[in-house]
Amino acid sequence: MLENLFVGVADWLRSLLGGLGTPVEINEAIVMLVKLVAILVFILLNAAWLVYMERKVAAYMQARIGPNRVGPKGLLQPFADVGKLICKEIVIPRKADIVVFLLAPVLIFVPTVMVFAVIPFGKNMAAIDMNIGVFYLLAITSLSTLFLWMGGWASNSKYSLIGSMRVVAQMVSYELPLVLGLLGVIMIVGSLRMSDIIAAQEHVWFIFTQPIAFLIYFTAAVAETNRCPFDLVEGESEIISGPYTEYAGMAFAMFFMAEYANIMVICAMATIMFLGGWHAPFGLDFIPSWIWFFLKMYALIFIVMQLRWTYPRIRVDQLMGFGWKVLVPLALANIFITGVGMKIYQAIGW
Amino acid sequence: MSDWAGVFIFLVVALIFGAGGIVTSFLIHPRRQNPAKLEEYECGLPTRGPTWVQFRTSYFLYALLFVIFDVETIYLYPWAVKFQSLGLFAFIEMIIFIFILIVGLWYAWKEGALEWK
Repeated sequence: MLENLFVGVADWLRSLLGGLGTPVEINEAIVMLVKLVAILVFILLNAAWLVYMERKVAAYMQARIGPNRVGPKGLLQPFADVGKLICKEIVIPRKADIVVFLLAPVLIFVPTVMVFAVIPFGKNMAAIDMNIGVFYLLAITSLSTLFLWMGGWASNSKYSLIGSMRVVAQMVSYELPLVLGLLGVIMIVGSLRMSDIIAAQEHVWFIFTQPIAFLIYFTAAVAETNRCPFDLVEGESEIISGPYTEYAGMAFAMFFMAEYANIMVICAMATIMFLGGWHAPFGLDFIPSWIWFFLKMYALIFIVMQLRWTYPRIRVDQLMGFGWKVLVPLALANIFITGVGMKIYQAIGW
Repeated sequence: MSDWAGVFIFLVVALIFGAGGIVTSFLIHPRRQNPAKLEEYECGLPTRGPTWVQFRTSYFLYALLFVIFDVETIYLYPWAVKFQSLGLFAFIEMIIFIFILIVGLWYAWKEGALEWK
């Protein structure tokens, strides 16, 4: 019952629409729209509470209590923040390129929402189970670099410009190990479809067969989302807030929500590719698949947040050097070793 | 319904959502402007000189390297999908292909393109 909760709702909606006698295409489009609205609400609520979680994690790691005024245990704090941000004036600097300046926060959310289309949150729970799912996800996520850069450039402020240049350099450099790191898994599975990748991990998760790939992917993914220790882009002690410096109110909130939604995407992706997706470990099948997926995803999100308060920020030269001289060769070596290993495996004929 | 029609719905709704957030804010937020508020932020001092200047070339070198390797990944993905059925010949071919790229990376490394000066 609980296992098929969401799939059941979709089927019920489909049968309800089928009774109306409208064309099948329109019914499918309506079902897709309902899925999309559900995903959108999920992203927004999650992004709001991830901010709260981040503040609580930070507080407990620094022996503080954290937000505890609004609502029980401060749980309503994110909604107070959102309300405040919507009501704040969006200040457009006099010298800014107004069109690009306002276009950037509008567009920053688009790739993030589009990516959620292919993420399977549980058994049969992907909105679109695309045959090139992984490739689509990688292609769309790399777009967000462009929108961050647009925002930083159009602000016409020196801190913003430096920040946006760093965005491009950093995200471009760490996209390579991220993309190459996933190749080992693709070689083993032989498919880019998310459901095939998860099905291949029914017995052994890929974190055990591809541990180096997991580390490469996770490091590069943390850098891709501009999180500490790779948050040079918005290093507040050096360049105020990077590309966000001139943004205020809702425009800033859009960037902020997109950042937290991106953390969700990378952790969901790591769960799908390496932690077995919605498969239950130790045969604990009585707990629904989507609960397992979220448990794994939030565990990874917690690690990402913990990293921020554990490690100091690294320097720009260290950042670029680490990406190009350590991660890229390591990822290429991993592809080579995986290939040789699989050929030997086939030759022995296990 | 094809996959791409679904993706199109996602694209359109995401755009509407993004624009809607900003427009809603524009409708309800206050407007109290003064000259100092509209200055760009530079630690409180008046800004000096133009912002959109020529930028250092190290960024450009990384962009060039990225383009080379990113195109490589486009070749690598189809190859990885079909890896198991392609046999040894395709594997050796891909090793040669990656080797050429590694030589390129090594050359860039040797010439100091990867050093942040």
